[in-house]
Amino acid sequence: MDKKKSLGNVETRYATFAESPHELLLEGGQKLGPITLAYETYGRLDADKSNAVLICHALSGDAHAAGFHPGDEDPGWWDAMIGPGKAFDTDKYFVICSNVIGGCKGSTGPSSINPAAGKPYGLDFPVITIGDMVNAQRYLIDHLGIGRLLCVCGGSMGGMQVLQWVASYPERVRCAIPIATALKHSPQQIAFDEVGRQAVMADPEWREGDYYGHGQPERGLAVARMIGHITYMSDKSMEEKFSRRLKEKDYSFQFKTDFEVEGYLRYRGDNFVKRFDANSYLYITKAMDYFDVAGDSLIPAERRAETRFLVIAFRSDWLYPLYQSQEIVRQLKRRHADATYCEINSTYGHDAFLLEIEEETHLIKHFLDKTYKGYNVR
Amino acid sequence: MTFNTVRLDHKIIYQIVEPGSRVLDLGCGEGDLIYFLAKEKGAHVQGIELSEEAIYRCVEKGLSVFHSDIDSGLIEYPDKSFDYVILNQSMQETRKVDFVLKEALRVGKNVIVGFPNFAYVGARLRLFFLGETPVTPSLPYRWYNTPNLHFLSISDFRNFCDEKNIRILHTYYLGRRRLVRIWPNLFALSAIFVIHSSS
Repeated sequence: MDKKKSLGNVETRYATFAESPHELLLEGGQKLGPITLAYETYGRLDADKSNAVLICHALSGDAHAAGFHPGDEDPGWWDAMIGPGKAFDTDKYFVICSNVIGGCKGSTGPSSINPAAGKPYGLDFPVITIGDMVNAQRYLIDHLGIGRLLCVCGGSMGGMQVLQWVASYPERVRCAIPIATALKHSPQQIAFDEVGRQAVMADPEWREGDYYGHGQPERGLAVARMIGHITYMSDKSMEEKFSRRLKEKDYSFQFKTDFEVEGYLRYRGDNFVKRFDANSYLYITKAMDYFDVAGDSLIPAERRAETRFLVIAFRSDWLYPLYQSQEIVRQLKRRHADATYCEINSTYGHDAFLLEIEEETHLIKHFLDKTYKGYNVR
Repeated sequence: MTFNTVRLDHKIIYQIVEPGSRVLDLGCGEGDLIYFLAKEKGAHVQGIELSEEAIYRCVEKGLSVFHSDIDSGLIEYPDKSFDYVILNQSMQETRKVDFVLKEALRVGKNVIVGFPNFAYVGARLRLFFLGETPVTPSLPYRWYNTPNLHFLSISDFRNFCDEKNIRILHTYYLGRRRLVRIWPNLFALSAIFVIHSSS
């Protein structure tokens, strides 16, 4: 067994492209540029550039997937999976993670300065799609001089980007690992996103998106995040984590946070507004709702699927239920894609993709290793 | 893994499958059979398996496998997508045998079915003299913990193929260590049929 180690200190870097007149043409018809992408890389790109792995983050994630930023207590969001000896073994692979466009963690988004106006975009930022996010990532991969990625992997919205990579650039992806995701958002998923957006937009502090310089619509964004957190857990995991435990000895008979679960959600909500831009929340959830690679979009009928797939789902995930991953698998079967599918028996709900490290590691490590060595048992 | 240590049923299936064949193994377990076929025969293999633990073992071997039950698994595959569909020791564990076989015959040019023989002499004696549910080397479970939902004999399966217009291409009857040549329905522990849809 390899010894698992931390990457230690890492730093976020920035790449800028799509400058005038070569702006990125978005799916919605508008143009966006220049675009800056915040990204981090771990490990070393080998001489023939065949060991590059792109990690795609979920709704509230960022480019800081692993290692530590100097002075920080907590490592990156998927540190348990990325590093020496881990699932994405940085002794073997060159791992890249970038913040999506529309985000607020260093990549161009609604809180970035609009060069045409000299102030933050706000709602002047064009509505983007998962396809646009991937097109922007493609610039970065070009910039890093990588032709074909060994692997694209991500959970939830990250999984959508994985599927979009295969749909948009099949020849550039040797293997794809979509986790706890879907070919398209269901009405239920759209509904939850819309409630979150309405919570933000109903907050008077939102000011039609033009709140920069005034302070965020914190209440609205916190409520949106609280709803989100409920959907990321399962009934069982909430029972295990909180049950009906009280914060004080007795009920307060006032509208205070009596229950631990209330305290937890408030804490999560309040924390989120410190680190996330409300407009980014609107743009990114909209992009997820527009996502739809069902039918022929993932792999057209006439095309041979060259990408290997590892599809992972979690039994207690009711936000991205098993049937949605099974839909992906059915589509892969129709196209005779080389694919593996595993339903991990977890009680954590949608959050499982960040928590079931041992199972994911086991699957991904072997799958990646076999793909990398080109050793198919065949 | 040397050929001699390979299970008898795996050896037989190995000899049936032509090099480079496309193979789908329904209920592939930890993938020993398809690994063997892929490695030694250059077969293009895909497994379907219900157990999560077994999926991990398959992935370790570099096999492609779907975590799913067999009863619901084949609808997406176009007709004759595989040279061989294998149901080795798994048919009797499926709920809807005739549906599964029909689907297997649709997506596979040939289907290899391996099953334990309920009419094996040891089973008959146990039932007749002791009045107890048979436990044999090919039916090792007790009545309360068996994964088998259906119990059939070699004659039963032949009759089934006749009724359903299924062509039997080859049959192999297995004893403990070697093939059984005489009175297979009495002396074989298990059987392997290679079948084909007549239509």
